[in-house]
Amino acid sequence: MSDTTTPDALALDPFAAALGALPGVTSVVMERDERIVHANRTDLAALMTVLRRDARFAFEQCMDVCGVDWPQRDERFDVVYNLLSVTRNDRLRVIVRTDETASVPSVTGIWPGTAWWEREVFDLFGVTFDGLADHRRIVSDYGFEGHPLRKDFPLTGHVELRYDEEQKRVVYEKVALTQEFRNFDFLSPWEAMTTLPGDEKAHRPATSAPAVKP
Amino acid sequence: MSGGLHEAAPGRETRTLDLERHTVNVGPQHPATHGVLRLIMELEGETVTRADPHIGLLHRGTEKLIEYKSYLQAVPYFDRLDYVSPMCCEHAFALATEKLLGIAVPDRGQWIRVLFSEITRILNHLLTVVHLALDIGAQSPSLWGYEEREKLLTFHEAVSGARFHANYFRPGGVSKDLPAGLADEIWAWSETFPKFLADLQNLLNDNRIFRQRLVDIGIISAEDALGMGFSGPNLRAAGIAWDLRRAQPYDKYGEVEFDIPVGRHGDCFDRYLVRIHEMGESLKIIRQALQKMPQGPVKVQDHKITPPKRAEMKRSMEALIHHFKLYTEGYHVPAGTTYTAVEAPKGEFGVYLIADGTNHPYRCKIRATGFSHLQALEMMSKGHLLADAIAVLGSIDIVFGEVDR
Repeated sequence: MSDTTTPDALALDPFAAALGALPGVTSVVMERDERIVHANRTDLAALMTVLRRDARFAFEQCMDVCGVDWPQRDERFDVVYNLLSVTRNDRLRVIVRTDETASVPSVTGIWPGTAWWEREVFDLFGVTFDGLADHRRIVSDYGFEGHPLRKDFPLTGHVELRYDEEQKRVVYEKVALTQEFRNFDFLSPWEAMTTLPGDEKAHRPATSAPAVKP
Repeated sequence: MSGGLHEAAPGRETRTLDLERHTVNVGPQHPATHGVLRLIMELEGETVTRADPHIGLLHRGTEKLIEYKSYLQAVPYFDRLDYVSPMCCEHAFALATEKLLGIAVPDRGQWIRVLFSEITRILNHLLTVVHLALDIGAQSPSLWGYEEREKLLTFHEAVSGARFHANYFRPGGVSKDLPAGLADEIWAWSETFPKFLADLQNLLNDNRIFRQRLVDIGIISAEDALGMGFSGPNLRAAGIAWDLRRAQPYDKYGEVEFDIPVGRHGDCFDRYLVRIHEMGESLKIIRQALQKMPQGPVKVQDHKITPPKRAEMKRSMEALIHHFKLYTEGYHVPAGTTYTAVEAPKGEFGVYLIADGTNHPYRCKIRATGFSHLQALEMMSKGHLLADAIAVLGSIDIVFGEVDR
């Protein structure tokens, strides 16, 4: 149940309090007028059923399911559900965490339209869904290997294909880059280098971490 | 399949054909699939029992590419998603970025966006409606529709220099103000369009073949449509009056008057009719936008986000630096997330954007409208004939640039 729900939000907002009391909800936050619920993966099915069926919430539509990769985390994947209620004109974002092996309960029984979105998350991130009937890849090529939207998957991919004149068919080959892949960050040295050479003393106590969200 | 006539004829051998199930591969590259769709259909005779769309043949990895581009460089990718309504896709990304940056676009910029969103909507619906007619055998409407589309594409070209891949809506506003005289040209066109729309309806609405092919075909109930994640005209045709322009207005949509056409049956014909009427409503919005549009800047005047004028760059050192920084490093967007959606012509087109404080997005998920609609193809075409499945496909308005991303 709710343990880390921000207390000030609860006092001001009865709707947030109602959300916080739902099964598996760990926090309810408001960011730029968008309500976000973080929840435990294991209770997701129960939580989503209430959000869909209960008249207080009535989220009839799940517009989007998507994955986000945070490789530095233990549970590296976020699975994000963007819900929409057309009767109450409200949106809600539900976020659960998972890793490469643990599967997330499928919500296709609640919103049948999420089947393809879940297939897409599986395809692009390799997150499996417990109860999803169809675990085929959806947008990548037949016989594709790897999960392209993971941060450790290179932008260039691993294979490329071309038409082979001798074999009279399309052949797959390992990617051969004619020059090294360059990813310019274009960041200004004044902003990227928090401590300039020779200036270490001034910054020793304040080890300013880069602004990456956990 | 044994014909009664044959049975009745004396001395003739009658033959019964077994209705075998067979699997048909439609596409990829079939003209009626509106792009590169591969459809594996299981048929019983000519009746569809299973339709399994294989998508992804146009997958270009847009979301991955955007993670390696600055925010400004990401905009042109959105033109190439739904290439039938490019500006509406840009709109979602521009709004999402602006929300994270915490900037407000000047009034004129917002009105220009409303104006061109609606022009794009008419462009899109014209193509959809006439292609639906083409898919089921009517050629003339498509020729009419394309002629009218050319006029609108001229407006696209006038503001952005490109007919399709406009790259016009940018975070912070639009790239350029309307050229002199364009507003009058659009107004003059808006005087002629109702006549065209009436002609088009005359050609199709009561056409017997058109109705026979569409009425009561591919029915989807309101509940199913919600569950499948429908939005836009397809959801409204199922009887739900939901329009993001009304429910969650963005830019100047809160200040314009328009009606929301709603269907009742959720069949192909209702989806057609909703689109036809939406064009009329879009026309109303276009005329209001032209009337209400004030003079003034069209983009945020902070040159850390929008480029300075070319002439200024020749004289001002600061402007030159701004220009250089903007087109190399780009701007940094404060860390945060947003899901921002617009009512694109096809339905809810959303961008789920995660910024990590650097000059490129950490993650940019694109909520494609057609993805949900195509998923329901099996549900809608089951039990219909093969030819009806093509009518259903035409009526849900699919563009593969967007579905596959």
